[in-house]
Amino acid sequence: MSDAIDIRRVVKRYGTFTALHGVSLTIRDNEFFTLLGPSGCGKTTLLRMIAGFEDVTQGEILLFGQNIAGLEPDRRPVNTVFQNYALFPHMSVLDNVAFGLKMKGMAAETRRARAGKMLEMVHLSAFADRLPAQLSGGQQQRVALARALAPEPRVLLLDEPLSALDLKLRQAMRVELKQLQEDTGITFIFVTHDQEEALTMSDRIAVMSAGHVQQIGSAREIYEAPVNRFVADFIGETNLLEVDIVSVAAGTARVTLPGGHPLTCPSATDSLGKHALSIRPERLSLVAEGGDLDVTVERVVYLGTDLQLLTRLQGGMEMHVRIQNSARVTVPKVGDRVGLRIEEGAARLLAD
Amino acid sequence: MAGMVPDQTPSAAGDGYRRIVGPLLLPTWVVIGIFLVLPVALMAVYSVLTKEFRGGVDWQFSLAAYDQFFLNRGLFGDEPPTLEWTYITIFWRSIWQAAMATALCLAIGFPTAWFIATRPANTRGIWLFLITIPYWVNLLIRTVSLKFLIRDNGPLNEALMGAGLIDGPLPLVNTNLAVQLGLFYSYLPFMVLPVYAAVERYNFAYSEAAADLYASRWVTLREIVLPIVKPGIVAGCLLVFIPSLGAFLAPDLLGGAKTFMIGSLIDEQFKGSLGNWPFGAAVSMILMTLVMIALLFYARSTAKGGAA
Repeated sequence: MSDAIDIRRVVKRYGTFTALHGVSLTIRDNEFFTLLGPSGCGKTTLLRMIAGFEDVTQGEILLFGQNIAGLEPDRRPVNTVFQNYALFPHMSVLDNVAFGLKMKGMAAETRRARAGKMLEMVHLSAFADRLPAQLSGGQQQRVALARALAPEPRVLLLDEPLSALDLKLRQAMRVELKQLQEDTGITFIFVTHDQEEALTMSDRIAVMSAGHVQQIGSAREIYEAPVNRFVADFIGETNLLEVDIVSVAAGTARVTLPGGHPLTCPSATDSLGKHALSIRPERLSLVAEGGDLDVTVERVVYLGTDLQLLTRLQGGMEMHVRIQNSARVTVPKVGDRVGLRIEEGAARLLAD
Repeated sequence: MAGMVPDQTPSAAGDGYRRIVGPLLLPTWVVIGIFLVLPVALMAVYSVLTKEFRGGVDWQFSLAAYDQFFLNRGLFGDEPPTLEWTYITIFWRSIWQAAMATALCLAIGFPTAWFIATRPANTRGIWLFLITIPYWVNLLIRTVSLKFLIRDNGPLNEALMGAGLIDGPLPLVNTNLAVQLGLFYSYLPFMVLPVYAAVERYNFAYSEAAADLYASRWVTLREIVLPIVKPGIVAGCLLVFIPSLGAFLAPDLLGGAKTFMIGSLIDEQFKGSLGNWPFGAAVSMILMTLVMIALLFYARSTAKGGAA
């Protein structure tokens, strides 16, 4: 597989503010790649640099091996789905979709036919003659998608395209977007602050924070093997415990848990001292004895499919536990002292 | 465009709404009555009365004013009537002058408005303020000042000659160009302000989307920006064109006999004993009718454009 985009030590400064501190990452062809991070982390800036709306202060961006740093946006074979769609308000839906084709010099008949096909693909054929303002948010979103895909870009950039939609529609669109990406074989670069969106659609995710890429990996890698506190905390829910490392070698560490029990676990660091141990709530189970951690149950929250237990360690640290709701489970009562067993290999020592 | 926007009038509570708002609209109707309906009605009536020689009118119905405008019956009024070209020529010249002034205002006003609208939001007010400063000075004085600037031994010609760009002074005063410059200077803010308002509301994401879809800057301006800010441009053009058409200060002060415009023609009819009130009123009526017909055509063409 070739690389669609190669970002090399890219720096972006606005005056004295540095939005990106030397970001490097490669995005493969045909990949659904997500830039995930809280607002202000630089993900949108990076996307806009790929599209050509922002200059690169330092470093280079290669698109299929070609440095595109100096190219105007209209000369880049990438198209964008904008956050608020930016549909041309004075043009019909069909003309919007056909605009990129018109600019590429396609004849009127051909481009109308192709734009019609694109509208069919997003199930909006009946709305071809409407103005964008006459469509619902979800429909506008599909038009924006059709418009950006019509010129057959090699890379499609999506800037939080689902954020303006309501939850149900957003969930439906996630599946559709992934399907569309697989059907067209176009590289999608998707920007979002919603970790659930990122996890459900992406082949790979780059987690960003404060102008740095924190971790790049598949949804599973990011969720199950976060490298640092930020990633562990930002993706899903986790318990972070301060622990002492007794010994560490070849990515495995022996640590002492609060309460004195020893534990062997995978490690993202190879230095001794105090480090954070990340344990996902659903990887903990209740045991009568022989647990790794001893806790007191403080609250039981019923979530339907799951039960969430808020418990506390003797030292005062809170531990969240999630267990499946089933008839076989004996639900502890508030005030019960119980043991927690950490699933084999599920606890992970973080780098910071 | 207006048809797209959902109607915000609370129609469910229609009757109560009307009961409350009805009396509140009274001042509006009074103002419209006094300042719009009454003067136009007066003008229409005066245009069909008989001329009184010391100025003023005799209350006797007569179509002499319109006859004088359109028909030539010879020096003594006894020849078979032919089409009178004198006033039509003045009308045509006025339309041309006003159109040129409007084009000048657009050429300078659009970039100016664009510049202001793209400054940081907190400095735009200052720029708009600077634009309006010259307009605190009386129009008459501004027009006279312009004459001083462009006359044969004025600063403009002196500077051009000093720079060696021209040998002798450019004859600017008493030309069509001088009148156009005068009109341009008089009405420039009426172009800048509505265009500014439209450009300020323009969402630059549209330009980015166009560039993203392979449109060059020029094509983006033509296909995206101009159609979207068009209402502002049209408003600006109307606000410049209409007063320019009836202006008399700039043509009087900066032009000569060859640049005589409708405004001056009307102005003359109400001055002293040489005036002719019914004729002045008739010329005004004809001017107003022309403008209204032009506006109606425009309104119809945009209504069609908006629906497509």
